[in-house]
Amino acid sequence: MLKFLLQGLTRPPLTEAPPAPEDAELAALAARLQAAARRRLGRSLSIREVDAGSCNACELEIHALNNAYYDVERFGLRFVASPRHADVLLVTGPVTNNMRQALERTYNATPNPKWVVAVGDCAIDGGCFAGSAVVEGGVSKIIPVDIHIPGCPPPPLETLKGLLTLLEQM
Amino acid sequence: MPALHDIIREGRLIAGHRPWPRAMVSARQWQLAAAEAADGRLTLSGLWGDAGVVHMALLDEESGAAAVLSLECPEGRFPSVGRLHPPAIRLERALRDIHGLEPVDCPDPRPWIDHGAGAPYPFLTAEGDSLHQIAVGPVHAGIIEPGHFRFTANGETVVRLEERLGYVHRGIEKLMRGAMLEQGAKLAERVSGDSTVAYALAFARAVEAALELEPPPRALYIRGLMAELERLANHLGDIGAICNDASFAMMHAHCGILRERVLRAADGCFGHRLMRDCIRPGGVVKDIDGAGLALLEALVKDIRSYFPALVKLYDNTASLQDRTVTTGILKPALARQYGAGGYVGRASGRAFDVRRNIAYPPYDELEFDVPSLSDGDVNARVWIRIREVEQSLSLIEQMMARLPAGPVITTLPRCAGEGMSLVEGFRGDVLIWLRLGDDGRIARCHLRDPSWFQWPLLEAVIEGNIVADFPLCNKSFNCSYAGHDL
Ligand code: SF4
Repeated sequence: MLKFLLQGLTRPPLTEAPPAPEDAELAALAARLQAAARRRLGRSLSIREVDAGSCNACELEIHALNNAYYDVERFGLRFVASPRHADVLLVTGPVTNNMRQALERTYNATPNPKWVVAVGDCAIDGGCFAGSAVVEGGVSKIIPVDIHIPGCPPPPLETLKGLLTLLEQM
Repeated sequence: MPALHDIIREGRLIAGHRPWPRAMVSARQWQLAAAEAADGRLTLSGLWGDAGVVHMALLDEESGAAAVLSLECPEGRFPSVGRLHPPAIRLERALRDIHGLEPVDCPDPRPWIDHGAGAPYPFLTAEGDSLHQIAVGPVHAGIIEPGHFRFTANGETVVRLEERLGYVHRGIEKLMRGAMLEQGAKLAERVSGDSTVAYALAFARAVEAALELEPPPRALYIRGLMAELERLANHLGDIGAICNDASFAMMHAHCGILRERVLRAADGCFGHRLMRDCIRPGGVVKDIDGAGLALLEALVKDIRSYFPALVKLYDNTASLQDRTVTTGILKPALARQYGAGGYVGRASGRAFDVRRNIAYPPYDELEFDVPSLSDGDVNARVWIRIREVEQSLSLIEQMMARLPAGPVITTLPRCAGEGMSLVEGFRGDVLIWLRLGDDGRIARCHLRDPSWFQWPLLEAVIEGNIVADFPLCNKSFNCSYAGHDL
């Protein structure tokens, strides 16, 4: 374990690795995001993720935002465990009938001011599952949505960009 | 072995079902087969509804034989399999909800997938002194899928856990009805996103079985590469996540880096991090070029040099071992009874892997081990996954070395047929059964996630453990909510 700790201290962070085009983009985004988050929310934005019928791939890519490559916590973006601590709800999935009530309750439990980000094609309009009798067909049918992030699933960088756009609109 | 064979022979064989036989059987034979499964001579692999018919897929693990039995239910009723063989109970409850067919004498009359209009769900009770209930979900604390867990605990110790699932039911089987193959493949890939490749592959293989078609050799190898990349990504991510649930965040951080590198390599090779829209019936629609192969080679080298130190770290950290060893033990007998697939089964002595037991190309030409252990605890499940990472790396190297040249897709004839496939995803065996109409559309498609036979075991595994160990046990199973709920 000591070896890993030492390496962690001596090696440069992955996010500052030689700038492949994508990493450069990430760095630029990071700077903008941090500035925007600071201006509008002090130092942080708390995000509560809600799966409202996703295939779980959107969750996997949202998870990736926390890995060492994207590490969104450094911009003050934090995933929190309760809607009561959240500023933003990140909602995925076409909203199944069986999740409708839970989504409404989560939204109601989130204090104002709050924003909703619909992540993924099926959160926009049902995507692949549009037309099914057991889905509502998009997050905005149930709760007001501030911004949509398309993709199936949106890669982490796209979600990051979406959050930035939201911050700049706030 | 003769058991399955005999039951099939007594029934009326249906022509055009491939690659395994399907037979219409009588109610008596149906129950006989259920009794065989209950006695452990056959493994129940699926149970699903059709128009006025129920189907049951059975495996004979020793010989690698499989078959589908079908029973007509003119009055919308059929004799319950779950009455004799508990692993069928949830399948029957789902079947009742979705197809309206009644399993007569099914021990559990409650709905499963259909949550109705908010009617309260009667949870099972537990009796004893000083018991309290803890309700968790459907919206959980982490970035995970929705489901409800109802714990009954005595102090810290879990006396009973009951799961309630179905929250992410999207009606995929109904959407499949009448869909064109392209749409069907897209839906299959979105049953459980972490198993995108496994489902795309299972769907393609079922269609190819129905149409009696073999994709070009190069396509088979590219599919194999994708399948192993998916396994690597999931295993690496989950090994870290399990440790994270034991509050050992360092493993999580390092494994997360490796997972990200696998996804980036997949993106570089096939144009999508999760390899969506790459596999289609008839072959693959994304070929791999020299640059892609170089990426994979570098990836394998990278993981080979990075991963062993992480394994050592896992093995040598006493505080972590203290959490995973002897926690959440799944008894081998239960794993066998439920036909638990993947690392859940293999950590509890059920050394079943479709790639080996019912081998499909390219695995029939490759060398690999199917690691198995019998401890059945969280630690054993972690070790199976560690070993499988090593196997997947070796498989990727073998496939790259042998990658045949040539085309990667063939055109499909438009004709009717029935096909079934079993594919080993990272989580276990995915079963897909489908019937194609004359017009080339999907008449019926059933997709059975390995989680169906793993979720019920999680309830058994947590009994007697402390509530705080539930996340650890749950993550070590990592059942799919979406795959189960369809
Ligand atoms: S948008 Fe795509 S990846 Fe996201 S939940 Fe829907 S189907 Fe899955």
